[in-house]
Amino acid sequence: MKAVAGHSSALSVYDTANLPPPSWEELVQLWRYRDLVAQLISRDLKTRYKRSILGVTWTLLNPLGMLAVLSLVFSNLFRFDLPNYPVYLLAGIVFWTFFAQTSTAVTNHLLWGGTLLTRIYVPRSVFALSATGTGLINFAISLIPLLAIAVLEGSRPDFSVLWLPLGMLFAAAFALGIGLLLSSVALEFPDVIDMYQIAISAWYFLTPILYPQQIFPESYRWALNLNPAYHILEVFRHPIYWGSAAGPLTILAASVSAVGTLVIGWIVFATRAHQIAYRV
Amino acid sequence: MRRARTKSPTGSRNLSLASDARIVLQDVSVRYSVPHERIASFKEYAIRRLQRRIVFEDFWALKGINLTVAAGESVGVVGRNGAGKSTLLRVVARVLRPTAGRVIVRGNVAPLLEVGAGFHHELTGRENVFLNGTLLGHTRSDIEERFAEIVAFAELGDFIDSPLRTYSSGMAARLGFAVATAWEAELLLVDELLAVGDEAFQEKCLDRIDALRRRKVALLLVSHDLAVVSRTCDRAVWLDRGTVGAVGAAAEVVARYRLMPVTT
Repeated sequence: MKAVAGHSSALSVYDTANLPPPSWEELVQLWRYRDLVAQLISRDLKTRYKRSILGVTWTLLNPLGMLAVLSLVFSNLFRFDLPNYPVYLLAGIVFWTFFAQTSTAVTNHLLWGGTLLTRIYVPRSVFALSATGTGLINFAISLIPLLAIAVLEGSRPDFSVLWLPLGMLFAAAFALGIGLLLSSVALEFPDVIDMYQIAISAWYFLTPILYPQQIFPESYRWALNLNPAYHILEVFRHPIYWGSAAGPLTILAASVSAVGTLVIGWIVFATRAHQIAYRV
Repeated sequence: MRRARTKSPTGSRNLSLASDARIVLQDVSVRYSVPHERIASFKEYAIRRLQRRIVFEDFWALKGINLTVAAGESVGVVGRNGAGKSTLLRVVARVLRPTAGRVIVRGNVAPLLEVGAGFHHELTGRENVFLNGTLLGHTRSDIEERFAEIVAFAELGDFIDSPLRTYSSGMAARLGFAVATAWEAELLLVDELLAVGDEAFQEKCLDRIDALRRRKVALLLVSHDLAVVSRTCDRAVWLDRGTVGAVGAAAEVVARYRLMPVTT
């Protein structure tokens, strides 16, 4: 008999007494289902943009609208000692919007897939990956207003802009890792998503997005180093705001936080993911 | 009640080594841990846990199931609601990992459990074919290769580029069936065969399933329709509250199941 094209011609065997380590198996299966990840991303983008006239424009206007409100409030009410404040602010907002939305979407997509996942076999991580991919595309689109504001504010983008993708990649790995950890808990207790929304808004205010890190008293400033999101944000914001790459220690801290979170999240999720079918 | 078993545990162990066995279930059990009251939030769980008030009740959906399905064989699964039929399919479809026992599945599985899984009503038929096909584990190029064939079988013509929300439920079901059966698999899992489309299309579906069976595809069919089971299947398994009530020739098992007094 002709084997199904794209699968190996030898019969694939699924044997519960002989399963590979879950983290590895999930990776292998994810690779096999990579076209599904692409399909899910294109579904998300199409259904988001197809039937609304504003469509992509909305993705462009949303950060600008937020910027208008926030820069009005913060440049007039609270005066921070920051030149080109709108650039600083918008870079932070665009970054945080991606991080907050993606880490939440990873969990929501899994729960959306939940009913499907109790019926047919699909590697559970495809939904997490596709949510991150969709987020990254929207993130890339929002770079357009960000770069436009940077130019309007008088900065001339140079080669340091090439560091932006690294910051975005770290942000994606970190958001995916947090999302996977969150999903592992949400499998049992869906209300952790609501708790996470509270936690993430506290996190937002504890990260120097609206304000410069100098507002912390010098003796407490070291505590900022404990915030992994801060290092990753700096890798992204520094090139666009200061026109140069973040310091090597910041980049190191950011890569360790991003990759470490992703690896831990992946292992925890892959080990627990098969339980999803038990939650009917 | 007398329980008929065609195979001893040792017999099935030998069969598991035979290369033409497509499904081997060895002492498979599935336990759902059901809290007495549904605790759906972490807050509630934390409070209850502190008060030591959570009582879990074990519910065995399957208990010590032994079953072997060989290549080219059709096995029907009958039993009342809650007897574990769907759980059995999920275990074979590798959706559910058994609590105890061993499951071996050889070859590619075509699940006809939820025809049109993941269909999105805003997307066109074409886009849905690719979404649905990749959900079933096929690659983009696999689907491109079979695309024309799928559309022809589903009898959709120009509708393939219209959004799914403009389809009748019959059209969507036809498309789902066409995608699910477009590739040759070694194993076909069917839940309630053919509630799809009109009579002519059901005939076509049956033809396609017959064609697959002639190519030595193994078929596991769950159905309430006893006539379908005795007509389509070589053997049948009667599931009774998670255990095998009887297993043997389809007509015989169905006849026995029919005689069972209806109790609650």
